[in-house]
Amino acid sequence: MKPYALFKKDYHSELRTRYAINSLTMFIIVALSVILFSIGNEKVPQNLTGGLLWVVIFFSAMSGLSRAFVSEEERGTSLILHLIAAPTTIFNGKLLFNLILVFLMNIVITILYSALFEEFIIRNFLLFFLTFILSNIGLAIASTIIAAIISKAGAKGTLYPVLSFPILLPLILISVMLTSYSMIGASFADAKMGLAVLVSYDVIMLTVSYMLFDFIWKD
Amino acid sequence: MAWKIFLFILLTFVLIAGISFPIVENPKVWYQFPLIPGLKENAKIIFFHVPSAWLAVIGFLMSTIYSIKYLRKKNLDDDAKSYSAAQLGLIFCILATITGAVWAKFAWGSFWSWDPRQTSIFALLLIYGAWFALRSSIESEDKRATLSAVYSIIAFVTVPFFVFIMPRIMDGLHPGSADDKVTPGGGPIVDFRMNDSMLVIFFLSLIGFTILYYWMWKIGYKSLLYKEKLNKKLIRG
Repeated sequence: MKPYALFKKDYHSELRTRYAINSLTMFIIVALSVILFSIGNEKVPQNLTGGLLWVVIFFSAMSGLSRAFVSEEERGTSLILHLIAAPTTIFNGKLLFNLILVFLMNIVITILYSALFEEFIIRNFLLFFLTFILSNIGLAIASTIIAAIISKAGAKGTLYPVLSFPILLPLILISVMLTSYSMIGASFADAKMGLAVLVSYDVIMLTVSYMLFDFIWKD
Repeated sequence: MAWKIFLFILLTFVLIAGISFPIVENPKVWYQFPLIPGLKENAKIIFFHVPSAWLAVIGFLMSTIYSIKYLRKKNLDDDAKSYSAAQLGLIFCILATITGAVWAKFAWGSFWSWDPRQTSIFALLLIYGAWFALRSSIESEDKRATLSAVYSIIAFVTVPFFVFIMPRIMDGLHPGSADDKVTPGGGPIVDFRMNDSMLVIFFLSLIGFTILYYWMWKIGYKSLLYKEKLNKKLIRG
């Protein structure tokens, strides 16, 4: 029950300031319009649109998801969290918040993206849906644990994408590959390996995060 | 001292053999290398490029092992060992990237073509870069050691994806990629199209470079420890 209470606290403080939601929405609009302006009237090759979708998703995630832990350090409330809950509980609560934020963000991005890019047509919808869910989970887990590291270091803003990118690279490469598969309408037999890699990435990241979060939190 | 002389002789032999032994179509004498189709004289890079890529990975592995040790015992000496392993790993990673890129210009026609193994060495460079960036952003010694240890473990668990999985499910130019015609379905990096003498020199080169790495690493972490001691002495006056 405690992780849910922590989530509710984050949810209420988010609704009060609407910092993450506002900045994420603006970031998505800015990123999409930069891409649209740079394309102009050119015709975009189909498999490029799949890759660009993940560029927007990656940078939007990098702009908003570090808030989970950085805000606690900035407001000086992390010591109270130390007192009232075990590290695992804290991580669960923050992960829940980031999961919901990532899903909301990526649903908005995907809807906007498919409305704005005519070439972005998904032929195997179920495959895209599975890729979307699995990679969102991976993205949320990896960005939560990196956010925890960042909150203890100096130069928080610039360091976050630098530290996250090598960790997220396998996820992004596989997701781009699976997205292009689902755009050409490939069958599940072709994409089986990629989906398995995504599942194993999520499981490995989750395990490592739970094992190491204690060390980050307790100092 | 004896092993240093041994290392000198070994590396001298590897250098001379690797560069000067001729490549012929049907090797008859022990010092002749076989002609590998598609590689020709370019094949000789294997004696220098593969060891440096190997050491880049070994450096990362050692850095992670000492990170785990640090998290268990909280001994700052382990952090110094991990740091010096990563420093050397970065140097060899840059060497492997540059030698590979120069070689690729002549063998494949461009410096960089996002072959899966090029992607993975690039990812390794990024990890090293991020790791040093993280270390330089934290002032307190204990905190720096803990956080960089945690980050190197998180980064380490992504390595299997780059080394074992990506090259097999994506198309590439290196031997052992998913679309390699000689070993279909992907195979090990060291495919055995080399003859015995070439293999022996290749493994001698691996061993020689690994010993060299160990030596450099030992000097590196000792100098870090002495620096630490001197600093403490200076502070006490």
